[in-house]
Amino acid sequence: MPHPVPPLQFRMIEIEGISKHFGPFRAVDGISLSVARGEVLGFLGPNGAGKSTTMKMITGFLAPSAGRISVCGFDVAQQPLEAQKRIGYLPEGAPAYHDMTPAQFLSFIAEVRGIDGEARERQIANAVKRTELASVLEQPIETLSKGFKRRVGLAQAILHDPPVLIMDEPTDGLDPNQKHTVRQLIREMASAKAIIVSTHILEEVEAMCTRAVIIDKGHLVADGPVVGRDVQFTVTRGGTQEAITAEAGRLDAVFRSLTTDEAAS
Amino acid sequence: MRETMAIAKRELLGYFATPLAYVFIVIFLFTMGVFTFYIGNFYQNERAELTAFFGFHPWLYLFLIPAISMRLWAEERKAGTLELLLTLPIPLYAAVLGKFLAAWAFAGLALILTFPIWITVNYLGDPDNGVIFASYIGSFLMAGAFLAIGSCVSAMTSSQVIAFVVSVVVCFLFTVAGTPIVIDVVSTIFPLAIVNAISSFSFLTHFASITAGVIDLRDLIYFLSLIALFLFATAVLIDLRKAG
Repeated sequence: MPHPVPPLQFRMIEIEGISKHFGPFRAVDGISLSVARGEVLGFLGPNGAGKSTTMKMITGFLAPSAGRISVCGFDVAQQPLEAQKRIGYLPEGAPAYHDMTPAQFLSFIAEVRGIDGEARERQIANAVKRTELASVLEQPIETLSKGFKRRVGLAQAILHDPPVLIMDEPTDGLDPNQKHTVRQLIREMASAKAIIVSTHILEEVEAMCTRAVIIDKGHLVADGPVVGRDVQFTVTRGGTQEAITAEAGRLDAVFRSLTTDEAAS
Repeated sequence: MRETMAIAKRELLGYFATPLAYVFIVIFLFTMGVFTFYIGNFYQNERAELTAFFGFHPWLYLFLIPAISMRLWAEERKAGTLELLLTLPIPLYAAVLGKFLAAWAFAGLALILTFPIWITVNYLGDPDNGVIFASYIGSFLMAGAFLAIGSCVSAMTSSQVIAFVVSVVVCFLFTVAGTPIVIDVVSTIFPLAIVNAISSFSFLTHFASITAGVIDLRDLIYFLSLIALFLFATAVLIDLRKAG
């Protein structure tokens, strides 16, 4: 069963046949997918599969070699600023200006995004509350722990309450409690947004995603909804499609079988 | 405009959040003083003018300005914040201009802090303050040109050391374009018209005519168009990165 295509007006992210070549290397090779409001899409795949590159193209940091992307109806190549206004992005490693404090940093982001006056105060306060940053607001970011740095990146991404959220490994480097908090945050925001998260932690898929895709060597090899604790993948291989259900706790076996030459066991 | 100002403000905040700004200003003022009083023989000349002071500016800028400009883009690239900056809804020109304006304002601040020497020369004698004012304007414009070149070089690398060294070399070539160092070499290869064109690119020539007390429109246009050209090149280089 192919994944049901959402109605057009709810498709917030539309990716049509994008590729990215770095010299002879095809980091992304013809990926198409669309993400609707209310969906939390988990990007799975081995390192170097093209997950981050795809995210960089959606957010306008890299230009695709082929294909097109639109976010909330705005073509990322043609109207990058309109698309970027509607995206919250947590890049890999959650980069931030280390010489600033989280308060200064969030204020800068708000200013750049054109959030003024009372709205600025309110939205910063809201992002700080949701990411539990209040205790470190006045410390330089470079002195913060990895977990806090990641949360500063998250706060920056959700500050303007964007309809589209792209997060590259949002829980990487967090302790189990922080991971739990971030997953909860993502679940809470899910209904009003289209969210893409990449992760290496397969249990996170059932914990926070409504749908998962597996990317391998630049190709999208599997796509399917999370139903209960199972992922009902439609696997595309060699031009043929087959349905594989990854039952609870078996996702890693399915992942391995799709991204290596080993058979599922 | 809002984005440009936000970027410029952040940059300036960055200068003063670390010891960088203070170290730079102290070294700037110290070397300016040493060169003017000891090497320039300010007192022994017994003339109420700041020619010795301004004469050293191109040579001091050669090392001091790339020290400001080297971090402009190289640091963002290294720290990964370039990805953050370029995925915010900011027009590219605003990011390039904002960063440049912050660096230029900072260089301007360091330059303004040399005012005691202007007071000193007025206390000791009766200088032509018009000439001194024009020289300050010229020096500020030249600093901007050095910074724009440095910005462009910084956009090409993620290593601040490389950005510094290459900027010094490029700035040196622009500085000495009109002197025998360059002219002797190019005149053996190129026809006179090209030699003249190259020598007209010299910072020294344009700066010297301003410090003589005449702010000629041609010198203004020279420095401003050089700044515009290199900032444009910076934007092109940053945008090229998108293609991978």
